[in-house]
Amino acid sequence: MIYLNAFLLCGIICLIGQIILDNTKLTPGHITTIFVIAGAILSCLGLYDYLRDYSLMGSSVPITSFGNALYQAAYTGFLENGFIGMFNNLLSTTSAGISGAIFFGFIFALLFRVRD
Amino acid sequence: MNKEKYSQMVKEMTPKENRLLNMFIAFFVGGLIGVLATFLFLQLNKIYNEELAVAATLLILITLSAFFTTLGIGDTIFTKCKCGIIIPITGFAHSVASSIIDYKKEGFINMGSNAFKLAGSVILYGVVSAVILTLIKVIINV
Repeated sequence: MIYLNAFLLCGIICLIGQIILDNTKLTPGHITTIFVIAGAILSCLGLYDYLRDYSLMGSSVPITSFGNALYQAAYTGFLENGFIGMFNNLLSTTSAGISGAIFFGFIFALLFRVRD
Repeated sequence: MNKEKYSQMVKEMTPKENRLLNMFIAFFVGGLIGVLATFLFLQLNKIYNEELAVAATLLILITLSAFFTTLGIGDTIFTKCKCGIIIPITGFAHSVASSIIDYKKEGFINMGSNAFKLAGSVILYGVVSAVILTLIKVIINV
């Protein structure tokens, strides 16, 4: 059941992206940006928790979780330490994704001869 | 040749993409990534707590994506699977890795300054929207 939920949620989010990509002139860059902002808005409205309850990984893998994590970190930071706390906490939960992408992208680019 | 004829010609020459098939592929591939992530999470959750297990799962997906991108297979997979692989976190890793690779020939500094060429907008608009929404929420609650 946990696998089915993850399959459906992650699949449907990708499906929405594909429908937007095929029927408009937006590039993948536009779509990922829209999805991040949509994730932050859903999170602000308190709707992202329902997706999280439905499937933990199904909601964490799509890029919408990036917006969700940024908003949650900013909000908890504000509640704890005010305006400065918001900026201090903002990137804390998404750190693994960003630093992982930078580090492994760089290391693999150095290690392997890139084919054209 | 007038404009109308030209635009008609362009329409005929553009390869028609099967949208229904694209939708199915995106749904299926995205779903499979979700299943793979759930599997990894359940295994890692035995060792780490929930928060760390999620981070570790995302790291594994990112590593795989960066690895396939550098091997050169990545681009083929990415054009075939479309949104099924762009929307999950793998797309973020792919865009960082591919921009680093693209500027590899131009030296280390150019490589670094162009690393976020595509992924930058995700981070920028994510941060800006998070700050604005937090401020809105705080003002409403007060």
